[in-house]
Parts: sequence; C-alpha cells; structure tokens
Amino acid sequence: MFDYETIRLIWWVFIGVVAIAFAVTEGFDFGVSALLPFIGKTDLERRVVINTVGATWEGNQVWLVLLGGAVFAIWPAVYATLFSGLYVAMLLVLFALFFRPAGFDYRSKIEDPRWRNAWDWCLFLGGTLPPILLGVLVGNLLLGLPFHLDQDLRPFYDGSFFALLNPFALLCGFAGLLLTLFHGALFLKWRSEGTIHQRATATVAALGPLLLTALAVITAWVFLAIDRPEITQMAAADAPSNPMNKTVIAHGAGWLQHFQTHAWMWLAPAAGFGGIFLAWKLGAGAARMAAFWSSALGIAGIGLTVGFGLFPFLLISKTDPRSSLTLWDASSSHTTLLLAFWITVVFLPIVLLYTRFVYRVIWGSVTEQTVLQDSQTLY
Amino acid sequence: MFGDDIVMLSRMQFGLTALYHFLFVPLTLGMTFILGIMESVYVMTGKAVYKDMVKFWGKLFGINFAMGVTTGLTLEFQFGTNWAYYSHYVGDIFGPLLASEGWMAFFLESTFVGLFFFGWDRLSKVQHLMVTWLLAVGTSLSALWILIANGWMQHPVGAEFNYETLRMEMASFADVFFNPVAQVKFVHTVAAGYVTGSMFVLGISSWYLLNQRDIGFARRSFSIASAFGLASVLSVLVLGDESGYTSGETQKIKLAAIESEWETHPAPASFTVFGFPDQENERTDFAIKIPYVLGLIATRSIDEDVKGLKDLRKESAERIKSGMIAYGELQKLRAGDLSAKPAFEAHKADLGYGLLLKKYTGRVIDADAAMIQQAANDTIPQVAPLFWTFRIMVACGFTLLFIFAMSFYYCATRVADQKRWLMRMAVWCIPLPWIAAETGWFVAEYGRQPWTISGVLPTHMSVSSLSADQLWFSIGGFAMFYTVLLIIEMYLMLKYVRLGPSSLHTGRYYFEQSAALAH
Repeated sequence: MFDYETIRLIWWVFIGVVAIAFAVTEGFDFGVSALLPFIGKTDLERRVVINTVGATWEGNQVWLVLLGGAVFAIWPAVYATLFSGLYVAMLLVLFALFFRPAGFDYRSKIEDPRWRNAWDWCLFLGGTLPPILLGVLVGNLLLGLPFHLDQDLRPFYDGSFFALLNPFALLCGFAGLLLTLFHGALFLKWRSEGTIHQRATATVAALGPLLLTALAVITAWVFLAIDRPEITQMAAADAPSNPMNKTVIAHGAGWLQHFQTHAWMWLAPAAGFGGIFLAWKLGAGAARMAAFWSSALGIAGIGLTVGFGLFPFLLISKTDPRSSLTLWDASSSHTTLLLAFWITVVFLPIVLLYTRFVYRVIWGSVTEQTVLQDSQTLY
Repeated sequence: MFGDDIVMLSRMQFGLTALYHFLFVPLTLGMTFILGIMESVYVMTGKAVYKDMVKFWGKLFGINFAMGVTTGLTLEFQFGTNWAYYSHYVGDIFGPLLASEGWMAFFLESTFVGLFFFGWDRLSKVQHLMVTWLLAVGTSLSALWILIANGWMQHPVGAEFNYETLRMEMASFADVFFNPVAQVKFVHTVAAGYVTGSMFVLGISSWYLLNQRDIGFARRSFSIASAFGLASVLSVLVLGDESGYTSGETQKIKLAAIESEWETHPAPASFTVFGFPDQENERTDFAIKIPYVLGLIATRSIDEDVKGLKDLRKESAERIKSGMIAYGELQKLRAGDLSAKPAFEAHKADLGYGLLLKKYTGRVIDADAAMIQQAANDTIPQVAPLFWTFRIMVACGFTLLFIFAMSFYYCATRVADQKRWLMRMAVWCIPLPWIAAETGWFVAEYGRQPWTISGVLPTHMSVSSLSADQLWFSIGGFAMFYTVLLIIEMYLMLKYVRLGPSSLHTGRYYFEQSAALAH
C-alpha cells in the first residue's frame, strides 16, 4: 500500500498528532491540578476544581501511555535511548505521576481536612512536576543529548542528570509549566461559574503575557544561539533502519536557515504565538470555548515548531552526531509500520468518537450546588 | 559485558514492580465482570439492591483501580528505562503489541471508568450497563494484548533476525497473535483474575453474613460470586493443564525444572508430586511420583518421553556451538562479505544461544569448551524455587475449587448461610488467589531465565547501560512510594469493607439502620 519512505513519514505525522493530543488534553489536567490549592480556598471550592476534570483525566492520561507505546512501536531506538539515557529524569516524571490516581480517587473518600489538604498538595505536585520536567526534556531535545550507539546499536548515555538542568532547558521547563497553568485555567474558566470562574479568568489574564514572553525568549534563543547539526550523507529513505549508516556534521547552517529553506514551516510558530495570544485576549471575555481551543491551537503550533525544527531528526546526539536518530533510520520495519498504521486508522476514530460521547454526557458547569447534590459519588 | 549487579538490580526492580502491579490487576479483571453481572441483574429485575451492589462493590473496585493505573505506568516506562537493549532488539514486535493495548484497551477502560462512577444520573439504565460492560471488556482486552506480548517472550514465533538492522523483526503478525502459548496464557490469566474478584466478593460477603449484617445484600453478592467463581476456577485449572501441554512443546526446560526431572525416563513419564530438589547433585530426594501423569500432561500421549534437565543441557550446548557459528558469520556479513549469508541462515535460529556466551567473552567466537559448558549450565534454572512455587500455586487453585464448588452447591440448595465453617473458610482464604497469581507469574518468568526472549535474547544483554547508583535511586523511590501507597490503599479498603453498603448513604443498610434505631 504505502512504500517504506511514505509510511515512515506518515508515522512521523501520527506521532506528532498523539503528542499534541497528549499536550492538549493532559495539559489542562496538569494545569487544573496545579492550580487546585490556589484557585480553591475552601474544601468545597477545591472539590469543584477537581470535579471539572474528575470524570475524564484518566482517559486523557492514556494519550501519554499511548505516546510511550507508539514511540516504542515505531521508533524503538528512540524509546530505548531516550528512556534509558534520561533515566533519573524519566523516573522523576513517573514518580510525579504516581500522585495523581490516588490523589483524585482517594482525596474525598475521607472527610478529615488534614487528609484532604495533604492530597491537594499531592495533586499539586502531580500537576506541576511533569510539565516542568517534560519542558526540560524538550529543551534538551533542541540542544541535543550526549549519547552514542556502539557497533551493536546499544545506546550509551554520556551525560548526567544535572547537566540536563542547563539555563536554556530550565527556561523551557518554566515555559512548560506556564503553558499548562494557562491552558488549565482556560479549561477551568470554561467549566465553572462564580468565584472559581473569576479566579480562573484572572489567572489567564496574568499568565498570558508571561507565557508569551517566555516563548519569545526561547524562540530567539533557538534561532540565534543553538547549533543544528546537518546530515551530509545517508542511506536511502527506504533503506533498513540503521542509524550508523550516515555522516552528520555537528555545526550546520542553523535553525533560522532551516526554517528559511522551508518557508511554510513558519506557519507553526505563527500558530503557536497566534493561538496563545488569541486565547489570552478571548480569555478576558465570555467566549469560553473559543478561548480554550485557541490555546489548544497554540499548543499544537508549539509542538509542530519543535517537530519541524528537528526534522528529520528525532534525537540529536551532540557528542557523536552520527549516532543521531532520524525518522528515516530509526524506525521499525516496513511490516510493523504498516500494521500499526492500520490499527491506528481503525481505532483512532473509534476512540475519538467515544471520548466525545463521554465528554458530552458529563459536560456542564461544575458548581458548589452540583458537587453537594452528588456529594457521595463525586470526587 | 555489564556487571552482574546491574543485571541483578534491574531484574529485581522489574520483578518486584511487576508483581506489585499484579496485586491490583486480577482484582480489576474480576471485579469489572462481577459488576457487569450485578448490573445486568439490576437492569433485568429493577431491584434497587442490585444497583446498591454495583455501587458498593464499585467503590472497592475504584480504590483498587487507582493503584492498578499507578503501578501500570511503571511498566510502560520500564522497558525503555531499564531494558533499553531489549527495547531496541524486539521493539519491532513487542512495541506494536503495547501500542495496540493502548488503542484497544487502555482508552476503552480509562475513558469509561469515569462514566461508570459519575454517569449514574446522566445515562439511562441500559446505557450505564453498556458502560460497565465496556469497562469490563476493556480490562480483559488489556490482558489479551499484554499476554500476547508475554507469550511471545516465552515462545517467540512470527519474527526473524535482520542482520542489517541488528534486531528481531515482525515476519507474521498472525503467528504472533495466534501464538498458542499466548492464547492459553490469556485465558488462564484472565480467568485467574475472575477467580480473584469472585473470592474477594465471596469472602467479604461471608464476613457480613457471619456478622449478621446486611443479610440480603450479602447473600445475593455471595451467590453471584460463587457461580462466577466456580466457572472461572474451572477454566483456570483446565487452562493451567493446557499450559502444561503447550510449554511441553516449547519450553521443555521450564517444565522439567517445575517437575524437578533431572533424567529422561522411558515413556510415559511419571509426575513428581513431592520431593526435595537438590541442584548440586542434580537429583530429587524423597520424591513421591505418580506414574504416567507427566507424560500425559506434557505430550498428550503415553509413548513420548519427557526430556530431563541433563539431556536438555546437552541440547543447549549443541545449540550454543551452532550459535557461535551464527555469530561469526554475522560479523562477516556486517563487514560486507555476502558469501557468509548461507552459513548464517543455516545457524540463525541459534544466534541467541551464541549470545549467551557474551557473558563470558565479548567476541563469542573464541569461546572455549569451559565457557560453552558454563553457558549451557546457565540455561538450566534453579529448580527448587520453581518446584515449590508451582506447587503452592496448584494447591491454592484446588483449595479455591473446593470453596467455590461447596459455595455454589449450598447456594443452589439454599443452605449457604447455615454453613458457618464454609463462610469462615471463605474469609480466611481471601488471599489465596493473589498467592496463586504471584507464584504463577514467578514460575512463568523465573522459569524463562536466562532469557528475556526464550532462545533469542539473554537477560544479561537486555539491560540498559546504567550505573548501580541510578538503579538504587529508582529502587529506593519505588520502595518508598509503593509502601506508602499500599498502606493508604489497605487502610481505605478495610475502612470501606467495614462500613459495607452503609457507605452509600441510602439509609437502607446496617449502620444507618442501627443509628436510626438508637435515636
């Protein structure tokens, strides 16, 4: 059906879609639980905040699980190199995620205020640490990671955890946190009334300029001061996956040149900045849904900017550029890509369809009255 | 290659986190089906008590489900973090199975679990029933995909080594999917989950009945659990026997170790019920044997013999020698010498056995006779742990069969509430399905050593290039989080079990009624 080269490109797009779906859905879950202790002052207010995402956070989290599974299936070498190389960082993300299921599910099962308050701070940690860490991760993807493959294609990591915490990556981590807080506040504003609604609106207004500034600084930094390696020679795009069959120079023409060569790529950062800006503007008014979806557009734009910028790289090695992994030489076999393609084509629409059904069923503003009415079953 | 400590610590971490995850999985598998059955009865009869049953047992299910989700995330991360070379080497086959699990199962269960809890007033009766069943189907589908993945690790069919990409690649998805080991494992494991859910409901209901609380509620729960439990435990035992048969074909060594069968005896082989395996002298002391039985289980015949460990080790040594040739030809092929291809193809099936030598010599082809002997010894696992855990599992299985058969019989004759001995036994035996499940996984995974993928990839090659410090950091983190979470989970579970259906605040149950009486 599709030749190897085409299906490799299709999967690069699909994984981008899954990553963006993760950032958009789990993004507001993270944001809402990070804002929880601040936007909710009383127990009842906090229950309102939690229940805006209570029935759906679990489904959203599957986008993260699927992202991991899809990278494993499509780019096994990327999964192996990234997860083992960034061992400590990945485990910190995992440990932070541990706070969430128990936090959501156990918090309201006991009435003791100390119990509930403790879980609220657990949810706060579960909502702030992953976006910071994932932001740091993206920052380091742009910088390139210190790793090499040996002759058996076994990945070795040549850096340390603390080297990941460089100024640029920390700025990306900070932006990741701001982005989820902003996005989460927009979602909360959409699904609440009264005090919570007002606090969420104020949060959006305050975070917008901060977020736009952080993104602008990151963009300028990437275009002006970060090296982008360049492939000088590699096997055909439909050759068997072996990353060692290419030559790469560490200091290429740069990120700006890469975007100038492919001018249409500018659409991505435009959507990123435009979407966030629009969300900030709309966030002050009554167009709740439009504001939220603008922010989602912004997230998609940011994700595409990173993806386009790296293309065709998936993981850049800064210590051994030849070991860098690209979508042409780090993918699974043709058979597996086709198989996974068909599974996705069948199941993606089904998943979207029933997810939409679930959201329609539970949709509506969450207020103190609705929480009290259903106090025994709600979180 | 890598220090033994890295391999040991990685195995320990994976083993403990996987076993811990499986404290919660079987209950989820079983409870979702029981909830589906209870709610079906509710929709058919319209009796409110069945709705209360779904809600109350659903609460307990929810407390457990949260832990299943938490600990499941670990496994998704861990193949990459701790088994990087494994991920590279078999990701082409293993990855799509995990991704399919995401598409077909995780989304289904996780999307509908929210609606199961919060959709009662927003859905019609039948719609909510559908949601509950979709949740149940989702959890069992998840087990299907992960057991196909695990079945492939035990019996890797439908895949071939590609010398250009230096990894295994999918040759036939149908072969991977319909792998007989995987299919049997799937039914055996989900049925074990159904037994776990049934025993949980049966035991707790018995406790209410013994305490004269919420009799109608508990009696109905008891009878549903006894019927579903009996059907499930029978499937587990029959399919367990079936896994003896399939592993007889593909995992002879594991079977021989479980039976502590050192020598190949003339057919039909007898079954060692009891004895003391002695690894050093390679014999079994004080063995009590039943003639014919092992031969029947493993070969479904009385004239085929079942190979003993000593002979199997000799076969391993032969395959290791053949694997050395495969490895040598592979190096020539990689250097561009295509004339090495026919010889490589001829010995390719034994490449994994050649890799066993990597533990002793990086170059493989220069291994001497002593190294080959050491590697062959490695293919024979420690017998005693397998021998004993297997017997514990089987003993639990038959005890459960007895409990469910008695419960079902007394329910059918409507005298179950009078059999206090049975209800007491049901309370005390609540842990049995968990013991059986954990020992069962131990047999399956420990019995596969020294391989992560049987005959294809040795465990010592599969690990990530990590330091011991990194592993101690993660093991420490898991130990801390998992201990605290387990204490919290057990506390909540016991609290809600003690409260019983009164926790629903309907005003119809024990504590609220006794409170009303006191006023």
